Amino acid sequence: MAELSYLEAIREGLRQEMERDSRIILYGEDVGVRGGVFRVTEGLQKQFGEDRVIDSPLAEAAIVGTAIGAAVNGLRPIPEIQFADFIFPAINQIVQEAARIRYRSNGAFHVPLVIRAPFGGGVHGALYHSQSVEAFFAHVPGLKVVVPGTPYDAKGLLAAAVQDEDPVLYFEHKAAYRSLKGEVPEERYVIPIGKADLKREGKHVSIITYGLMVSFALKAAEELEKEGVSVEVLDLRTVRPLDVEAILETSKKTGKVLIVHEDNLTGGIGGEVSALISEHALFYLDAPIVRLAGPEVPAMPYSAPLEHAFMVTPEKIRDKARELAKF
Amino acid sequence: MATEVVSMPQLGESVTEGTIGQWLKNVGDPIEKYEALLEVTTDKVNAEVPAPVTGTVTKILVDPGQTVPIGTPICEIEVEGTGSESAEAPQTSAEEAQTVEAQTAPAAPAAAPQEGRGRYSPAVRRLAEEHGIDPARVNGTGAGGRVTRNDILQAVDHKGAAPAKTAQPAQAAPSAPAASFALESAPAVIDDGDTLEPLAPVRKVIAERMVRSKQTVPHAWLMVEVDVTGLVELRGRLKNEFKAREGVSLTYVPFMMRAIVEGLRAVPEMNSQWNGDSIVIKKRINLGMAAATDRGLIVPVVKDADQKNIVGLAKASQDLVQRSRAGRLTMDDLSGGTFTLDNTGAVGTVLTYPVINAPEVGIVTMESIVKRPVVIGNTIGIRDMVNVCLSFDHRVVDGAEAGKFLQVIKKHLEGIGPDTSIY
Repeated sequence: MAELSYLEAIREGLRQEMERDSRIILYGEDVGVRGGVFRVTEGLQKQFGEDRVIDSPLAEAAIVGTAIGAAVNGLRPIPEIQFADFIFPAINQIVQEAARIRYRSNGAFHVPLVIRAPFGGGVHGALYHSQSVEAFFAHVPGLKVVVPGTPYDAKGLLAAAVQDEDPVLYFEHKAAYRSLKGEVPEERYVIPIGKADLKREGKHVSIITYGLMVSFALKAAEELEKEGVSVEVLDLRTVRPLDVEAILETSKKTGKVLIVHEDNLTGGIGGEVSALISEHALFYLDAPIVRLAGPEVPAMPYSAPLEHAFMVTPEKIRDKARELAKF
Repeated sequence: MATEVVSMPQLGESVTEGTIGQWLKNVGDPIEKYEALLEVTTDKVNAEVPAPVTGTVTKILVDPGQTVPIGTPICEIEVEGTGSESAEAPQTSAEEAQTVEAQTAPAAPAAAPQEGRGRYSPAVRRLAEEHGIDPARVNGTGAGGRVTRNDILQAVDHKGAAPAKTAQPAQAAPSAPAASFALESAPAVIDDGDTLEPLAPVRKVIAERMVRSKQTVPHAWLMVEVDVTGLVELRGRLKNEFKAREGVSLTYVPFMMRAIVEGLRAVPEMNSQWNGDSIVIKKRINLGMAAATDRGLIVPVVKDADQKNIVGLAKASQDLVQRSRAGRLTMDDLSGGTFTLDNTGAVGTVLTYPVINAPEVGIVTMESIVKRPVVIGNTIGIRDMVNVCLSFDHRVVDGAEAGKFLQVIKKHLEGIGPDTSIY
């Protein structure tokens, strides 16, 4: 099995899907000739041609709007929003149209669409290139939101997203692109949407997280293991729909839950996860549910020390988990 | 350099923590061995803690008003004659000392959250119930001594093998979970100009006990009218002579105590305690007497009241009153009560609904003695009348026994005439 970076796993996934299904088209800002600003789509235009890998204008509403039309009419478009921060001009298309067409048309039309967007900070991207936007979309019925945390999951979730008959938002953490590596099978495999993955088993504390924070949580867990604290790490992988069963199972097992995300606290995924636990697993809890999240600051700062202070780090996760274990 | 670390002393057998009342010495003050160093308040006692050594107070680790467990370091004294070393090399060690201070400082507040005891997580409650374990008897290893889920699971594992919890039966009663008296209270409305008085430790204890009593004990209430004309005459005749001979005033309290003792002898259920699935009939008769002090209400106890005559009761009760006003009661003076007398007549009332001093079963009041026209046979006389009110735990006794108890008191008091002997 080859060891691929997170970015390479996504590229290989795209290549495999496009080879498998000729209805798939990619388009977005600079995805063609340049191969994407992060090189995720590098070589794909050469392989599949300009008709299937298309450079679009700088107009996110149009990118998503035309993709919806293409999807309704039988293609399987995978538009890219160059940075998740730029997705907001398209929010009307995503929320009002893509999410609702199946419902509005009583099932006559549906939108098999995968919107890819790099998100997250820690790469010195400052205000417009660092945001976490998943919670906005996780709120919307009719959408699915996946956030892979490993190269293996990135490829498998992409396959699932592509074959889904309804719109899926696929958020890839740009700090993970080259920092995360892992074994990825060459053959096609599908990781079902809505299924969390227990990345590490433990006894004392459960960390529930997703995206880049999965690897951070695993690092924290390793350090705490040396201190005798046994930490379980549940990777949500999909933040809508949530894997309620897995969330409750780990919560009941350890009785102490730490929810981690880079997105800020208020209105974040952690609030929803926390509510589910207190609704369904109250009598298993041995401590208040704890959330560790980005600060309530308008955006990621540019200054390196401030950016570091903003980011959730393995150290912050470790300290919070330790505190919870001691409670 | 020798530093003596002073810890929170144990001020009574069942006492687990103490509150710093005030520091009588400040950092830098010299102090003699046995000189008063600070005041500590426990449930209801104030005590001065003497210095264990002669030296200089170098560090105060716990602020006034803070409550810490027994044994927690509360201050440091540099022992005399040994403390010059640090002064000799101040330049080099100044920085070091600062970092040491910075490191040790956070350690002090860590001892504060003892709130972990008596509050259990849902998981702990569920597991304890499922396995029939009393979490109050499990040794907590969590923050602030909190009993964690793992502590319960471990107790379950050990339950079959060695019942470690029975090793300390004496702990059972005092470690019963503290009722939280603030949780369900309606929030106060604070307007501009209102002032907030922080709760004194004594106030907290009173609040907690009152809430616990009223919430857990089904109070029932009875009252009898007692004709104490004879008693008033007797006291009027004896009081000067008594004061001269015994050195204490002759009040009505010892007579009331005698009457209560008679009542408790006749109805032993009144001298008992509710114990969940049983009733503990107390052997000793120890009468608590509610007393108002400027620190709040306290209830010192006259031990073995049934073995004392009027003189003995008078002396014992006045001794307690005097020492309570001076703040010089010991823990022992305040514990072990089996029944309580509240001399409400002292504040001029004629009718009171007293709150039971749980786990006792009853509390009686002696109201103001007032002259009233009373029908006796076919005539009307002016008599000295007093109301005696009783609150009792209806789980333990019913109205019949409680009524009998009051009748014995009434009969005893009414049987006292101008010529009754008090010896």
